[in-house]
Amino acid sequence: MSLQATDLRVYYRTLAGDVQALDGVTFGIADGEIMGLAGESGCGKSTLGNSLIRFDPRMRYIAGHVELDGVTLPISDTKAMDDFRFTGVSIIPQYAMSALNPTRKIGKMTEELLQSRGIDYHATIPELERRLDLVGLSRDVLSRYPIELSGGMKQRMVMVISTLLNPSLLIADEITSALDVSTQKAVAQALVSFRDHDFVKSMIVITHDVSILYQVADTITVMYAGKLAEKAPTDVIVGSPRHPYTQMLIASLPEVGVRYAEKHLTGIAGNPPALLDPPVGCRFRARCPLAFEKCVQEPPFIEIAPGHSVACWKAV
Amino acid sequence: MLTLDGVSKVYKVGTFGGKELPAVRNVSFDVAAGEVVSLIGESGSGKTTVGKMILRLIGITDGRIDLDGNDISAIKGHDLKAYYRKVQGVFQDPFSSFNPMFKADHVLGMMRDEYFSGVPAADWASKVEASLEAVSLNPGQVLNKYPHQLSGGQLQRLLIARALLLDIEFLVADEIISMLDASTRIDVLNLLGELKARGLGILFITHDLSLGNYISEKTVILRRGAVVEMGATDKVFGTPLHPYTRLLIGSVPQLHKKWDEVEAELKTKGGERVRGCLFHEMYPRTREAVGPDGEAPTLAKAEDDHFVACFQLDSEGTC
Repeated sequence: MSLQATDLRVYYRTLAGDVQALDGVTFGIADGEIMGLAGESGCGKSTLGNSLIRFDPRMRYIAGHVELDGVTLPISDTKAMDDFRFTGVSIIPQYAMSALNPTRKIGKMTEELLQSRGIDYHATIPELERRLDLVGLSRDVLSRYPIELSGGMKQRMVMVISTLLNPSLLIADEITSALDVSTQKAVAQALVSFRDHDFVKSMIVITHDVSILYQVADTITVMYAGKLAEKAPTDVIVGSPRHPYTQMLIASLPEVGVRYAEKHLTGIAGNPPALLDPPVGCRFRARCPLAFEKCVQEPPFIEIAPGHSVACWKAV
Repeated sequence: MLTLDGVSKVYKVGTFGGKELPAVRNVSFDVAAGEVVSLIGESGSGKTTVGKMILRLIGITDGRIDLDGNDISAIKGHDLKAYYRKVQGVFQDPFSSFNPMFKADHVLGMMRDEYFSGVPAADWASKVEASLEAVSLNPGQVLNKYPHQLSGGQLQRLLIARALLLDIEFLVADEIISMLDASTRIDVLNLLGELKARGLGILFITHDLSLGNYISEKTVILRRGAVVEMGATDKVFGTPLHPYTRLLIGSVPQLHKKWDEVEAELKTKGGERVRGCLFHEMYPRTREAVGPDGEAPTLAKAEDDHFVACFQLDSEGTC
């Protein structure tokens, strides 16, 4: 098991109270696993990714324990996390396109980043160039400024930089959302090849687009309102999901290659609950067509088949 | 109803407008009443420029756009207001379409000041209610609220309701779904379907092929400002002929098919149709993607309701 998180709770402090963005999440990622994380906006998927690297100092860690390769991650300590960032855990942030320093040439910027970790840039250049070739970037991007690169090129450059020190866990947060379809495919396939080349041991791919996850992920985890709703191998989530939220989410996606003459897809009525004061019991209850009396109690997130866990009373 | 005939747009860029940037090249298609046409292209393909020209937000460099047979670029002054009674647009980002200082229904109030100043308050209220109902919004939930109190889907539907206040005939929907969540986007799409059934012509501008496939009767694929393939949606998506269309369809992440399978399928499908490039037949010696005078390949008919700007030269797709 590459990563094991137990009962992770992360809140944001606001003037109105604590926003319970991540409320008791337990999961594990195996070696070599690409875990997809899907859900609507505001369900806590970015918070989950960011909390593993302590990306946002406003986060308050209420509870939880995270182990990476058997070592406990000091996720509540910004300073102590420095030893793990870039080498143990690395992230490709949302809007990676604006993550590059516009006043530095890309090679210079990489050099400064490596220096901050005490690594010699010139010794790393051959490996850097090999990886640029792998993602289809020409080697002279290193002597260019970020403004000279297109969105997809910047995104791939950030991927190369984030994984240069072979981190054990890579978190990729919405990295394909702002790209055109053909670039999207190239970036997604580069992610898989990073795993195949052992640059990273395991990966969390966060996106709202389940069909991208179907292409790249080994397992898919669906979140709803700060909690895990379902986790299963990709084919099971797409083919035979058990949680009503997953079922409705998958059913609402239009596809290429299907004719919709008279067929109508339906969305999910209503909105996710506010996490400032989340409802007790099952949080999907208000929008769920299957809700019954028992749903006022919180359903446990339990394994119903090997590798398939669901938080729903109807699935138990 | 709306006809584009050889429409081009050249932007002047650089210092003093010294450089020219052709954004749209010789685009022709039409949208009938009760029809949804999706305009699909990657970023920078000129799809938004086409929408802006139809809405008269920017001028047309060449060609003409007709609404019911009347040239829209000739409309001036007071007649322009009459034009906007028929044609309205909704844009991508619902959060920046609203002024955060005003309540969200301020957009409806502005409509009243501009077009319905003589309408009594009671009639106006019932009119607002009717158009909110048409977009399945509950008046109590959206009226008297600030934009930040509403969700993206609600705001986007409010903008469509604003357009519906004026018995419009044509709607330009520019990427209206992209910012919405998966669970709500299908509702807004279905709403467009209902408007279509009421006889509206809709130009649905998007970069997402699966949304275009779901909603539209006709599909126009733009690349670098020029139409590369257009026709009935099931034909364009079912038997894509242009290498670029094939590339796009091969890159769409699908939910039940992996990328490798789609690629293999595209290779066999439509393979027997390859008849050599009509463009190259016209100019046998050019190996470039443009003719000797720099012109783009012209649209040629492949079958009924299906036009392609280029036929593959060989099954490998090299040109």
